[in-house]
Amino acid sequence: MSTESLIFEKGAPGRAIPLLPELDVPERPLDHLIPASYLRTEPAPLPEVSEIEVVRHYTRLSQRNFGVDLGFYPLGSCTMKYNPKINEDMASLPGFARLHPLVDDSMAQGAIKLLYELEQYIAEIAGMARVTLQPAAGAHGEITGLMIIKAYHESRGDIERNVVLIPDGAHGTNPASATLADYTTVELKSDARGGVDLAHLEATLAQHAGHIAALMMTNPNTLGLFDENIVEIARRVHDAGGQLYYDGANANAIMGITRPGDMGFDVVHLNLHKTMSTPHGGGGPGAGPIGVAPHLVPFLPGPLPAKDDSGYFWEDAGPQSIGRVRANNGNFLVLVRAYTYIRSNGPDGLRHVSESAVLNANYIMRALEGEYDLPFNRACMHEFVLSADRQKKLGVSALDIAKRILDFDMHPPTIYFPLIVHEAMMIEPTETETRETLDEFIALMKQIAREARENPSIVLEAPHKTVVGRLDQTLAARKPNLRWTPEREPATV
Amino acid sequence: MATDDQPANLKFAPTHEWVRLDGEIATIGISHFAQEELGDVVFLDLPWDDAGERAFQAGSHFGDVESVKATSELFAPVSGALVSVNEALRDQPELVNRSPYGDGWMLTLRVSDPAELDKLMDADAYAAFTNESH
Repeated sequence: MSTESLIFEKGAPGRAIPLLPELDVPERPLDHLIPASYLRTEPAPLPEVSEIEVVRHYTRLSQRNFGVDLGFYPLGSCTMKYNPKINEDMASLPGFARLHPLVDDSMAQGAIKLLYELEQYIAEIAGMARVTLQPAAGAHGEITGLMIIKAYHESRGDIERNVVLIPDGAHGTNPASATLADYTTVELKSDARGGVDLAHLEATLAQHAGHIAALMMTNPNTLGLFDENIVEIARRVHDAGGQLYYDGANANAIMGITRPGDMGFDVVHLNLHKTMSTPHGGGGPGAGPIGVAPHLVPFLPGPLPAKDDSGYFWEDAGPQSIGRVRANNGNFLVLVRAYTYIRSNGPDGLRHVSESAVLNANYIMRALEGEYDLPFNRACMHEFVLSADRQKKLGVSALDIAKRILDFDMHPPTIYFPLIVHEAMMIEPTETETRETLDEFIALMKQIAREARENPSIVLEAPHKTVVGRLDQTLAARKPNLRWTPEREPATV
Repeated sequence: MATDDQPANLKFAPTHEWVRLDGEIATIGISHFAQEELGDVVFLDLPWDDAGERAFQAGSHFGDVESVKATSELFAPVSGALVSVNEALRDQPELVNRSPYGDGWMLTLRVSDPAELDKLMDADAYAAFTNESH
């Protein structure tokens, strides 16, 4: 494949076709609408291209994209499962797709009913009392949950609580959200089995007595391991006056098997773009609804979907609410897709999803443990973490292995995360892959391990078959060049 | 690494910072092992504007280092008043990779308790420490 020029480099002056219809209202000069100081003095150098140039350009780019519809995508912690096409069919129904968000409740009964029921489903799956569907992604759920926890403590006059505890393997969003919510984060160490070190937890709780606001945790954690001490951890944090926040990024492992509410968590977010099969990547849109235990319900953002004898309606939040966190009740069409997924699977189907996700991960882990180091050797949940330490000693790093995988039309695993594993490769196959695909990946990983021993240069120089080889990621990070500028001025302006 | 001292002159913290004491001035950076683990350093957040106005306790956070792999916190291995911060690192974070014990130094502190250095590892102990942790 040749390189594809930018859209700005295509076309010719005057080639743009008029796509906009004639105005059907009186035209007014631009400077009557916008102050002259904000107006350009020269026209923007926009591309002037024909329709077929536009279509071919973006079709070619889309053919170079890699997605779960093209191949295996075991990107750990991201749950890149297949997105069933029926989700798209339902989200395309005109009654959903063309619904104005500010229409009167009486005109949106089906949509509010859907959100009302979705809230109940998520509450049941998470073991929570009520749910807000507003947060647009997991990290948005985190900040919303922390604001609720803060409002709860403050409502009790408990204003000295400024510390959020976060395990050392946590997703980076956890400390980022806690910092944004004006908390100080304190790291909890992992023990030899990969769970929270209870002795360190005890010492940390004592050291910050009276100041613990919350513990943020994901279970299974980022090593893909279920922390069996969670009930004890929850008891100790609650005894210290803290709340427990569940990062739902790994919820694909537990649906229908256990619930964060039963483990002792007070706030839970679910990433619908992971667990509930809504599209994922490319920057969104996602959805990160949060559920809360009964004592936190008064602090939820509003409005919330409600129902009485005359039908469904939006009910305003009470006086203790932290207020809206997003306009128009969340990413509605993402929520339609998640609703479709939950209804298509049903309770038994969701449990089967999690069981299969766990089985697939263990299948690959056991097949590869002879070729790669397995730092925590115990049954994993929906994902697991290998170390490329053995290969690194031969000069082949986790990054090199990831690049080599690209030559075989698969996406690499997450690498160098979690930070507590040296040369980490975090592999999450998801439940939607066939046995044949899992076997292909296993064979490839064994092949790469063999290449690292026998012919390392083929790994070190990978990828060989992609449009571009290794990009200079260091230069891109040190001197980012984010804006294309023409080498010469456009011929006419 | 032509301008580098031999690590034999240095003391090391378990968080991978090194210290070299000249009189009462301690020069601080991160170890060769640390820069190799991090990979290419792309950004540093150091207290450039605080020289002469700030002091650090041993173990306190003095900055952050960001590489293509990860962001890590930097901790003062000894206590002391901040004397200077390496200006060259503002524009050339790659010096940390190229010359961790030389041009890639980060801070100098006027140490308040030279005995604190005795709690740190010497080069041999640090080499054993890094072998053991990986």
